Amino acid sequence: MDKIAIKQKEVDLNHLLKKSKREKHFITGSEAVKEAIKRANVDIAIAYPITPQSESMHLVGDLYAEGYVKDYYRGENELGVMSAIAGAAMGGVRVFTATGGPGTLRAMEMFPTWAGSRLPIVCSFLTRGINSPLTIQPDTIEMSFLLDTGMLMFHAENSQDLFEMILSAFTIAEEPDVHLPIGVFADGFFTTHTREIIELPQEDIKLAPYDPYISPVPAMDMETPPVRQMRDPFVLKSNFISYAAHASWQQEVHAAKERSIKHINKHLGGMLEIENEDAEIMIITSGTAVSQSRDAIKRAKEEGLDVGLVKIKTIRPFPYEDIRRIVKKAKKVLVPEFNIVGWLAKEIRASVEENYKIIGAPRVFGGMTMPPELILEEIRRACK
Amino acid sequence: MSNNLSIRMAGLGGQGVVTAANILGGALVRAGKQSTVNPFFGAEKRLAPAESYVRVSDEKIYERGEIIYPDIIMIYHPHVITLGKSYTMPFYDGLKKNGIIIINSDEELPMTDENIEKLKEIGARIYYIPATTIAIETAGTELSTNMAMLGALLEVTDLVSMDFIKASLEERFGGKKFIASGSTAALDDAMKGKFDKISQLIQKNMEIIEVSGVKIKKYSLEKGRV
Repeated sequence: MDKIAIKQKEVDLNHLLKKSKREKHFITGSEAVKEAIKRANVDIAIAYPITPQSESMHLVGDLYAEGYVKDYYRGENELGVMSAIAGAAMGGVRVFTATGGPGTLRAMEMFPTWAGSRLPIVCSFLTRGINSPLTIQPDTIEMSFLLDTGMLMFHAENSQDLFEMILSAFTIAEEPDVHLPIGVFADGFFTTHTREIIELPQEDIKLAPYDPYISPVPAMDMETPPVRQMRDPFVLKSNFISYAAHASWQQEVHAAKERSIKHINKHLGGMLEIENEDAEIMIITSGTAVSQSRDAIKRAKEEGLDVGLVKIKTIRPFPYEDIRRIVKKAKKVLVPEFNIVGWLAKEIRASVEENYKIIGAPRVFGGMTMPPELILEEIRRACK
Repeated sequence: MSNNLSIRMAGLGGQGVVTAANILGGALVRAGKQSTVNPFFGAEKRLAPAESYVRVSDEKIYERGEIIYPDIIMIYHPHVITLGKSYTMPFYDGLKKNGIIIINSDEELPMTDENIEKLKEIGARIYYIPATTIAIETAGTELSTNMAMLGALLEVTDLVSMDFIKASLEERFGGKKFIASGSTAALDDAMKGKFDKISQLIQKNMEIIEVSGVKIKKYSLEKGRV
């Protein structure tokens, strides 16, 4: 293998994202994934192609060829990849993979397994519609299936977010009091295939390596056999203690998710971003729908309409308290979404008292785009 | 031309619709503009509908995805109009008032009275350019159709200077930085195989841009070409 990696100094996340000098690049979202992994000091990445994710993991493969990633191969399918990546993480190394749409659903069994095994896996979900009929186009419906797998879920608005969130995810996932998998979601095509200007830190730095010996669940090696729950599963005892252990283990996974909030506040600057919180009409959304909303809000202002914006960055953990406060003050809340079920609107309705204020619109799906004009129309209707 | 400009390019897979958008976006960014470029296609195959979108602005661009309301529509193949090989039907749907349409065709395409009436209402400015013919005659390959289309665009809009287009073209075909999918890489190889040197490829494609600037014809909705 032709190893041409430049010498990279090991730094912490804060240095990498906040202190290093940045330069502008005109690149796609898939290339932003590559740039993040180039600086992430990843031990192994395992790939299985599916549009719109294929390019990202192809580029991570190039990083392996260039010596930035220590090991890389193509698995037999998504379930195989997600299982193998779990094995690698249990072995105590830093891992990365990505998938999307039907690939996500094929690998479904492994996501709660990752969380239950307390593996700090970072997986990028570059979303697309779920068959059938066959589609490769953007749609965020797969996120609704992953809400209760125990993994943390970050949702990127654009390539810049995707870059920052992937790198932050490694550090947050590996905190000993978190130690959970993190899915970093970005909307297929709208982010992966869009070329835009993004600012990248220097290439000659990377995250310090993962330390498996501070893990709450010891890494497997010749001295440490597979973790307790695998070597001697509770279920084989089938007594009161085993059920209690299983129940408390699940509680601990969810408690770890809550404990991640302080790390998210530190590294991502919070679970959400709020603009113009005192407006009567608020838009609460995530991903590409945030960008479309920004454009719509700009035009609404020109018409004299006052609209605020909440960008949710973490779907899990979900910012329940902030959402409750914001919805209480607002007169109406629009939730634009790129999926037919409206999982975000459901989530918000379930967290607030005044659920009649929530308008789950506009909503597009099946690969449709959401022109800002569509959001603007809903704003006008809400203002009447 | 306003500060914000949206261009929708519709063509068939393999015609370089995506590549042209990337070259144009790269040139615009070099010229200090804000720009985003994105493609839209189904399963990646030749002759299937493929679209790409270029947004230009002096300010940060938020909106992403398909351009529903373009200022400029570029039709890379007559079949986009005649066979409906497009994500948008009719092909001019969403065109903004006094918008521009550039069509690659050697001959004027038949248009219904209804379409002509609607295009008149919009105040559409329509241009024809025999882009594929120019590409074959000038560079000996239809793969340069997209450059002839860019030439036509630059002739009617003055969007960005030739120097920036040339630099962007050099980066796309001469550099190692560009990441192409399997089928795009295959077409890149076919393209590069037509020329002895990359510099020749660049030079021929720049020539195409100039020729198409001369050969573009304005079409009058009242009385045919003027």
